Order: sequence, then structure tokens, then C-alpha cells
Amino acid sequence: CLSHTHTALRQILDAFLIQTTRQAAMETNSLVTVHFINRNGERLTATAKEGESMLDVVVNQNLNIDGFGACEGTLACSTCHLIFEEDAFKQVDTVTDEEMDMLDLAYGLTDTSRLGCQVCIKKWMYGITVQVPMEVSDIRRQLEVGKQSKQ
Amino acid sequence: LPPQHHKLAEVDIYEKLPVPFGLVRFGVAPDHPEVKNVINTFTQTAHSDRCSYYGNVTVGKDVMVEELRQAYHAVVLSYGAEDNRILGIPGENLSGVYTARTLVGWYNGLPENRDLEPDLSSETAVVLGQGNVALDVARILLSPLDLLRKTDITENSLAALARSKVKRVCLIGRRGPLQVAFTIKEMREMINLAGTRPLLDPADFMGLGDALKDAPRPRKRLTELMVKTALEKPNEKEAGRWAAATREWGLTFFRSPLEILPAADGKRAGGIRMAVTRLEGSGETAKAVPTGEVQELESGLILSSIGYRSLPIDPSVPFDPKQGIVPNILGRVEGAPGLYCSGWVKRGPTGVIITTMNDSFGTAQSILEDLQSGTLALSDSKGGFGSLRSVLHSRGIWPTTFTDWEKIDAVEVAKGKAVGKPREKVVDPQEMLQLIGH
Repeated sequence: CLSHTHTALRQILDAFLIQTTRQAAMETNSLVTVHFINRNGERLTATAKEGESMLDVVVNQNLNIDGFGACEGTLACSTCHLIFEEDAFKQVDTVTDEEMDMLDLAYGLTDTSRLGCQVCIKKWMYGITVQVPMEVSDIRRQLEVGKQSKQ
Repeated sequence: LPPQHHKLAEVDIYEKLPVPFGLVRFGVAPDHPEVKNVINTFTQTAHSDRCSYYGNVTVGKDVMVEELRQAYHAVVLSYGAEDNRILGIPGENLSGVYTARTLVGWYNGLPENRDLEPDLSSETAVVLGQGNVALDVARILLSPLDLLRKTDITENSLAALARSKVKRVCLIGRRGPLQVAFTIKEMREMINLAGTRPLLDPADFMGLGDALKDAPRPRKRLTELMVKTALEKPNEKEAGRWAAATREWGLTFFRSPLEILPAADGKRAGGIRMAVTRLEGSGETAKAVPTGEVQELESGLILSSIGYRSLPIDPSVPFDPKQGIVPNILGRVEGAPGLYCSGWVKRGPTGVIITTMNDSFGTAQSILEDLQSGTLALSDSKGGFGSLRSVLHSRGIWPTTFTDWEKIDAVEVAKGKAVGKPREKVVDPQEMLQLIGH
């Protein structure tokens, strides 16, 4: 039926568009689409430029992530903490002691955590998804509620 | 309350001093300008047309919390921890004994500490405490002047530090290397500080491996850094730097202060008597107990850095003197609907930017929930600052605005520019008020 054909056509068209956009992005050597999962689970998509840091992307594209990058990328806080998928994490440039020092103070630290200000956008990152650590006050809220019920 | 989470909320900020930013301006070390970048975000928020700043108003004196609660649907207390924990030992009042906080206030241009004129004639300084504030004061006392000259440290303190005789700073802790409170960034900075060398007793750092096995990553990395510095042979470059250093700093463990000893004149500090301690228990909760042995250390400059403490702001607000906080549940002040708290007064005086930031998000979240549940009734209209303006004026209080601050800011930046500093702070509140034509 018509709607089915329409959907199928639409899918082919979409796939074609994604493919060509991807190729165009790679050929022009500049634009890379990346996704962020915000604290509330919302998915934010941004078109990043190669060479920008993840923090630059959030700032330049006005992504609405509360308190992200408070020290403006100077390695003096851990508010731009991002969690990478394992495969992507392995490919990102190595981490310095100074970044590790700040990550030590991050909430919700994982084995694939990095600071967004220290990770530069590369072509291979096309389509990757990074996670903003879940709102930590939620975790603490549960803890405090637990504490209170004990008293 | 971030403007993005509520479309209509209006927020007025009251502050005791004419100028904003509190701890960021007066607590963060002058050689940590990157931490002060948070001021840019604060400024953005202050520029929102739903946010107003009223400086030069002391809540609890010029206006009472009860009056604020009548003028606003919600009031958030976020006044920090303005007092020190005290040592409570004899000799604490001798000249040459200061709290680290007053020294920090002095070099950062906090009006109430601007005339401190600390006695820096002692070669050895003792800092009691092993937290980040302790490291901050040690670093400022030992930094090469050329590094400090490019910061926003006050003119006055820069001149005093230029005459300083301090060559050695000992940071003293009651417990051991596994219980230090400072964080790794500050320790690494100290180890790398130009013109200085670390004095660490290898014996303190041997055999810590077992205890570290199950320690959380931050504790593990911090300890490994100290162990490496204390036990491993430095590389050639570092060895050269240490050999050429003219100043030094060290960590002394397992000492609890008993008494500050007077110098020969009986007025100035001459040294400190300490109880040697050992640990009972292990890990973060280990307790220091005296072994009975006593030790003395000569020093004419003793800085206590054993923590901050909040004070009650107003008799109508509940306060827990033991914990030094306003008792609250997730930022809601107990027994006072519509009254909230955030930051050090909510949680106690510890943590870095992200701790305080998340903490404020938590309180904002509580307010939003109370709005949604109807606990915060919006039915009565509230006058906000409009209803308090004339009351304040009748009491002789003329609040400063954010625009006023921007005038002071411009003057400070211009004065700083002339001498190669990011700013030269105005330290006298009267001068601040004159600059804005009050």
C-alpha cells in the first residue's frame, strides 16, 4: 500500500541523504555530527568542526547543558565531564596527568570518562554519542533520603 | 535558579559587600585565575532581566530574614562559612599567629582583612592543616615574586611578600599521608612550584601500598604522587631544580598542636609545642591519638588552617551549631517553608566548584518541585525588592547594583592594566562607594 511504499522510499531517501551528508562532511574536512545525551536523557545533536573541543561544541552550538565548562576549558574544574562509548574512548587522544587530576574530582566517574575541554573533534568521531553524567544531585537525593529514614 | 528551568521566576541577589562573587573573588588564590573564569557565567546570569543584584546589604542586620520571607515567595540562604574553626590552645592570641583565612582575605583584598600587615620576618612558617587552603597559603608565601606580580594579588600584600623572610613552610597534620585533605591538582602544583623543593620524609611514605589497594582512585593517585616525590630519585631536570631552590616546603604528619610558645619578648610567637600522635583505625575515619611524646618546632609565623565554620545569620533561622550548618532536607530549611539554603551553609565548608554547583542545582530542584506541588503558594503577590527599598533607605542602606559593580570592575581592570595585572582590587568599601557616586 501506498503508505508502506512511501515509508520505504522515505527510508531509502534518508539513508541516501545521511550517506551523502556524511561523505560531504568528510570530504570538506570540516563538519562532524556528534550526539550528547543530556542529564535528563534528552538527546542533543550538534554539527561540530574538526579541531574544536567537545566543550567548544557545547558552547558554540548553545547546547543546553547546565553548568557545563565552568572554568572555560582551563583544567580547573570537572564540569565538562563526558562519558564515552568504549570503542570511541580507545581512539581518543591519551589523557594527561592534569586531566586525570581534575577527573578525580568528577562526579559519576567511569572508566571511559574524559573532560570535554580536552577532547578534540576528529573526522572519525562522526556519529558518536557521549553521555553527560546523570544529574548527581539525584544520586545524592536518594542517599540523603536513605540517611534520613535511618535516623 | 537557572532561567532555563522556569520561565517567569525573578531572582534578586543580596550581598553584604558592595561587590559580588564572594569566595571566587576573595577566597580563590590569585594565581588561580582559571578558577575565576566562573565569574563570566555568573555575569551572564546577572545580566538576565529577571535577575537583580543588591550589594552593600547585610542580611540579618540591615534587613531581617523574616522581612525577606514576607517580600519573596522563596528565600535561599547561601552565605557560606565566614568563621574559622579555632585551635583552642594557649598562645593562639600571640602576634605572628593568624588564621589562614585572614591571610587569604588579606592577599585577596577582602575589606575586613586589608590592614592585617602580617609579620613575615620568620624564616620558618608553620601551617596547621593539610587541606587546599593550607597549600594555597604555603604556595603564596613561597612563590617567586615574578609569578605573583602578574596576578590580581593586592598591591599591599605583594609589597609585604617582597620583604618576606619566609624560606620554609611546614604543613602539619594530626594524621598521616593517607588522610590529607588537599586534592591532587594543588599537590602537583606545589611539587612543581618554581624556586622551591619538597621536604618529605621517606619514612612517612614507605609501605603504603597495602592500604592503597582498595582506596578510591583520587586517594590512590594523590598518594602515589606523594610517594613518587618522596621516594623516587628525581630526574635530572627536577634534581637540578631542587638543588637550585632557595625555598622549601614540607609535610609533617602525626603532630597535634598543644600550645603556641611565646618568643623571648613574651608577645610574639616563637614556636609550637605538639603532641606526637598515632592512628587508631584506618582510612578516612582514622583518629589521631597522642602517644605521650611531645615535640617543639621553632617558628615566628603560625597559620591555622583547620577549616571554616558557618555562623547563624539571624535568630529566626534554625542553626545547628555542632555541624555549623542550617539544618535542611535537600536544601529545604527545616520548619521554615519557603526558606532554602545552598552551598557551605547547607552542606559544610568543603568541596570545589563542581560540589557547590551541583549542590545549588539540588536546591533549585527542590524549589521547582515545591512550586509544582503547590507547597510554595504563588497566590499572594509579593513585592520583592520594590517592597523593601524604602525600608532599606529609611535605615540608611543604599544597595549597590550590578551596573555599579561594573563601574568598579572597569576601574580595577584599568588600574591593573597599568601595572601588568588582570586587575588591581579596590579594597576599601568607602572607596568602592565613592567610585559609584554613593
